[in-house]
Amino acid sequence: MSAATTSAPAPSAAAPDQSSGRIPVTLKIRRFNPETDAEPHWETYQVQAYPKDRLLDALHQVKWEQDGSLTFRRSCAHGICGSDAMRINGKNMLACKALIKDLHPDKPITVEPIKGLPLRKDLLVDMEPFFESYREVLPFLITSGHEPTRERLQSPAERERFDDTTKCILCAACTTSCPVSWTDGDYVGPAAIVNAHRFIFDSRDEGTEQRLEILNDKEGVWRCRTTFNCTDACPRGIKVTKAIQEVKRALISSRV
Amino acid sequence: MHTHTYDVLIVGAGGAGMRAAIEASQRCRTAVLTKLYPTRSHTGAAQGGMCAALGNTEEDSWEWHAFDTVKGGDYLVDQDAAEIMCREAVDTVLELEKMGLPFSRTPDGRIDQRRFGGHTRNHGEAAVRRACYAADRTGHMILQTLYQQCVKQQVQFFNEFYVLDLMMRDGHVAGVVAYELATGELHLFQAKAVIFATGGFGKVFKVTSNAHTLTGDGMAVVFRRGLPLEDMEFFQFHPTGIWKMGILLSEAARGEGGILRNKDGERFMERYAPTIKDLAPRDMVSRAVYTEIQQGRGCGPDGDYVYLDLTHLSREQMDAKLPDITEFARTYLDIEPYTDPIPIQPTAHYAMGGIPTTVQAEVLRSNTGVMPGLYAAGEVACVSVHGANRLGTNSLLDINVFGRRAGVAAAEYAAATSSVDLPADPAGEVTAMLTRIRDGDGAERIAAIRDAMQETMDRNAGVYRTEDTLNQAETDIAALKQRYRNVSVMDKGKQFNTDLMEAVELGFLLDLAEVLVVSARARTESRGGHSREDYPQRDDANFLRHTMAYRDGDSESIRLDYKPVVQTRYQPMERTY
Repeated sequence: MSAATTSAPAPSAAAPDQSSGRIPVTLKIRRFNPETDAEPHWETYQVQAYPKDRLLDALHQVKWEQDGSLTFRRSCAHGICGSDAMRINGKNMLACKALIKDLHPDKPITVEPIKGLPLRKDLLVDMEPFFESYREVLPFLITSGHEPTRERLQSPAERERFDDTTKCILCAACTTSCPVSWTDGDYVGPAAIVNAHRFIFDSRDEGTEQRLEILNDKEGVWRCRTTFNCTDACPRGIKVTKAIQEVKRALISSRV
Repeated sequence: MHTHTYDVLIVGAGGAGMRAAIEASQRCRTAVLTKLYPTRSHTGAAQGGMCAALGNTEEDSWEWHAFDTVKGGDYLVDQDAAEIMCREAVDTVLELEKMGLPFSRTPDGRIDQRRFGGHTRNHGEAAVRRACYAADRTGHMILQTLYQQCVKQQVQFFNEFYVLDLMMRDGHVAGVVAYELATGELHLFQAKAVIFATGGFGKVFKVTSNAHTLTGDGMAVVFRRGLPLEDMEFFQFHPTGIWKMGILLSEAARGEGGILRNKDGERFMERYAPTIKDLAPRDMVSRAVYTEIQQGRGCGPDGDYVYLDLTHLSREQMDAKLPDITEFARTYLDIEPYTDPIPIQPTAHYAMGGIPTTVQAEVLRSNTGVMPGLYAAGEVACVSVHGANRLGTNSLLDINVFGRRAGVAAAEYAAATSSVDLPADPAGEVTAMLTRIRDGDGAERIAAIRDAMQETMDRNAGVYRTEDTLNQAETDIAALKQRYRNVSVMDKGKQFNTDLMEAVELGFLLDLAEVLVVSARARTESRGGHSREDYPQRDDANFLRHTMAYRDGDSESIRLDYKPVVQTRYQPMERTY
């Protein structure tokens, strides 16, 4: 383990920076360079951050001022694009929605890649298996017959029925927090079920039978052990476990 | 070097790129290259809605929409393009609904519509309900729906492939050069037609609603290849960004009844736009916010923000119609919008300018000539449907209308032509650029140069500009471009070298910042999003025309030319609301 120092002329990391309101923060980051490292290892960095800074801001401080090789994905920086799901203090979150003040900054904040997807570099994992599961559940509107000339009608209540699962941003925080997904790479996973739910409970959709058949597979919804990790992890506040339960119920009753 | 061959290549997988892909992939061999994953694109951050004169909740007409678009753009809009966009808007919305987009609904089950800035009934009489929406997640739903359709059609994506150059031969497009982030290797993509849909370049500014990745790649690539950029001085500042952070709080907040207030609690927009008040176009509201701050009526200890007040809205309305932006206030400001007003300031939001195109999305290489095989759509392009100031919601409309047109046109072009041979040493320039950055040992750091660029752009090329501030910005940018020559990266590796990628992005941003500043200095008038304190009046006699900026030969200097505005039915009038 090596300890990088704060870039000059930042004040000593030991004392709060009274004039600016910034506080010293220690980040313990799981690093892995596929070109030089056999195994991942921890490295520690000191930064000065405002309590209301995002963890992403602190990671940028490290990347931009201390070690440009620190690698992670990010884009919108406000919880909409789903790029920066990470394991922060042992829990899956988006780095751009986790504020320093909420991460017990008096102690080192640990930052690791999300689990269960192949590690590529530092905090960056291979997302392909995740999107493969997503594609398996036919995540698009399926209809038959002639299209109406105007919009399909849908009452506000029908629209509300699947509102929660339309919020998914495919960040993988749920799927990579699921203990079943960690041990069984073939499990379709919570995110794919959420996206199936979004169509199964859409009054305009006619693909329910096909999707339910896919989710009735041995690697489908029945693998869920209702641990609620996914619901806790979802940065969009989707009731993921409830959505999975609703899909299970639809399978049992054969109706939506 | 890997080589791939396609009929149509689409660069960028946001709304415009994926809408184009849905068309092109049905007609010919198509690939989409994105430096992100498709669903990370910034279309997903759009909130409020997409206007179309469906007339679902009150009388409306596409012609009223076109008029509002032209007036909102301070008459710099090409009116033929605006008419096309507003006429096709209705079918475009219905088409998205049929793809599955979960619009919010009226009690009788139709697509609901709400008010938005600058959209009026009968040429300015009163605000009209024209914006089709899905809560305050309309962009998210559009991005998801288009991606779902691409999955359904098995569109081929190359994710995390960063396009760094356009290949041309004998005046025709030959393809693109792309850097594969995972391996650090270069790929040549040969194609008959290329569509750029890479979005905007808001990261030239510090306080911006734009994603970190919005670095104007497509604009810079074609500009470096000698093609023009149009109207780059017109950059929209959205009035309601979260104070200091710049995160967007949708205009839908005001469409739903939200009010801007100064430190005295006054609804100050009544003084600036007596008819539609808080729903005036964004350029006017942003200027009003700055004026309030400059005249000492800003809020807070430093008087540097005003309030967006939603406290008079019902909780049910906020939860149903504005769930995301109210959550942003809670998450990032620790403010409860039910009971407390939200501190806001203008935030750099949208490039009205970009790669000039025809209404068929063909890229122009001069005022009248097109570049065969090259297309552009969305924020990267300038059709121009937004003129000097874009109306809220018209960007989501633009990407769908002109994304579709680009996909069709590129596929038809590809079907009618044979492929062009690759130029000699096709990746030569890209290789040289990457080697210079990766192997460089200069002392300059990316972040320091980027910060300095954003500082000077915020201070000198923001909502208000003068000759002096623009000269200062130009001097600063020139010095930063010199420093950039000595930039080096710390990551010397091949795989996922995001350090190198940020260095390349910064080079693009510096080029575009310079084009913005030079174009802005030459426009000695105030129009839409371009406000010159030293030239406060609109000057139709001299400047009712588009700026066309070219890189002058192989030199670093910029040459400006001008292009007439297309006028069909609307004569320029004084712009009051």
